[in-house]
Amino acid sequence: MTFETWISEPVNWAFSAIALAVLFSGLRVVTAKNVVHAALYLVATLAGTAGLFLILSAEFVAWVLVLVYIGAVIVLFLFGIMITRAPTGLDEGLDVEKKLWPALLSVAVFVAMAWASVNAFGTQEILDTGNPTSTEILGEALLGRFVIPFEIVGFILLAALVGGITVARKDLTPAEEEEEAAV
Amino acid sequence: MDAILDLFDNFWVSLGGKLLLVALMIPLIGMVIGFAEMKLSAKMQYRVGPYFAGGRWGWAQLIADGVKFFQKEDIIPTDADRPVFKAAPILVLVGTVALFVVIPFGPGLIFNDLDVGIFYALAISSLSTIGVLMAGWSSANKYSLMGGLRAAGQLIAYELPLVLAVVGSVILAGTMSMQGIVQAQIDAGYPYIVFQLVGFVIFMIAALAELTRIPFDMPIAESELVMGYVTEYSGFRFLFFFLAEFANMFTMSAIAVTLFLGGYWLPGVPQDVLEWAGPFILMGKVFLLVFAMIWFRWTFPRFREDQLQSLAWKILVPIAILNIIVTATLKVVF
Repeated sequence: MTFETWISEPVNWAFSAIALAVLFSGLRVVTAKNVVHAALYLVATLAGTAGLFLILSAEFVAWVLVLVYIGAVIVLFLFGIMITRAPTGLDEGLDVEKKLWPALLSVAVFVAMAWASVNAFGTQEILDTGNPTSTEILGEALLGRFVIPFEIVGFILLAALVGGITVARKDLTPAEEEEEAAV
Repeated sequence: MDAILDLFDNFWVSLGGKLLLVALMIPLIGMVIGFAEMKLSAKMQYRVGPYFAGGRWGWAQLIADGVKFFQKEDIIPTDADRPVFKAAPILVLVGTVALFVVIPFGPGLIFNDLDVGIFYALAISSLSTIGVLMAGWSSANKYSLMGGLRAAGQLIAYELPLVLAVVGSVILAGTMSMQGIVQAQIDAGYPYIVFQLVGFVIFMIAALAELTRIPFDMPIAESELVMGYVTEYSGFRFLFFFLAEFANMFTMSAIAVTLFLGGYWLPGVPQDVLEWAGPFILMGKVFLLVFAMIWFRWTFPRFREDQLQSLAWKILVPIAILNIIVTATLKVVF
């Protein structure tokens, strides 16, 4: 496929615009000097990614991304940042000396993933864009063919939840307990 | 006439038309509910309420208020983070506008009947939380920051019961499309509140908390935090928050009506009457719920912060999960 035929499809304009926006905000996440700004650029990155899923007609995945990542994870990020350290204005403290190795590592991960997916699928059409993936089909697949992996993931998440509570919980010594009771 | 209708087949024209419609609906709904709140609160407190603007009953009070907001000076605090400060009210309003997409006003009368309608509504409404946090942080004011933090803690806590309360209706209907849920209730012949009373009550409590209205208004508690995250806002930016709050009362009630009260349908009304009466029936039900919200506001005192959190995590979430289990079991059995 030549570039001319690729760019003549309107869906590819939308893809290019969103992909560039995601790329830009992704870069700003790591270069922003203010930690709250970085978190807000992450919101833009995730919203753009949800847009890319919408282009691929994966409606459910897109809204899961919005609900879970933007609605919960980023809100918790911001919540944590604001409780601990939230200087308004320029926060010069947020910078690191060693930039080269993380950058090289990121590029290496990108190359590896891009190479792997191109190698595996090539020009093969993975899904039929245009028809939105029905949530019904998705639900039946999850609770039919993929029910065992689904349950295993659920179990692991439950274990992580219990583990999180155990780690966060502070067991009081008997002396402290008395003190607590006295208050 | 046909030529105009043909014009709406064009994607961009119909999109523009829909956007214009929502842009007109939000201020209109905001004014109606705002005025109702003023008059009803006055009635409940044995006052007269707005009286002079517009001559009779003070009907033009909210229009006068709107004009006042636009005339005000646009003040941004010196220390504020300007881009974030300016973006916050817009993001809050975007979360509100986006909710209108999936509200079914009548058979075929919906902006877009998404396959994952109710799920989309719950996901997109979380955008407002980010806007509230941005407003609280960027104002460079400790009251604002405290208000923003309280709001975020509250919205996270009550998002869970809100989502879980919806699941019961989705199980009964077997679809997440808003039109599909209304249609399922029409086919069944009863509104889902009959079997989902628990879900409905939890949804309304969580919705009140999501709207940060009394008894859940700690984020903007006047006696403690001045005005919480909106303290530093004035003029039309404040107007954005104000409109979003009242329009959200409408959208939340409309979602509750769709899920539990049969949406635009009334028992015994034939399909061809629903075609034109649907929006009026929906509005009637929505304003009943909005009235209840206003009534609560002027009846109940404010919760304490820890009471609010334990209500969500220790009472509402377990009951909502139990409701899902019972509903799913009964659906399989019968």
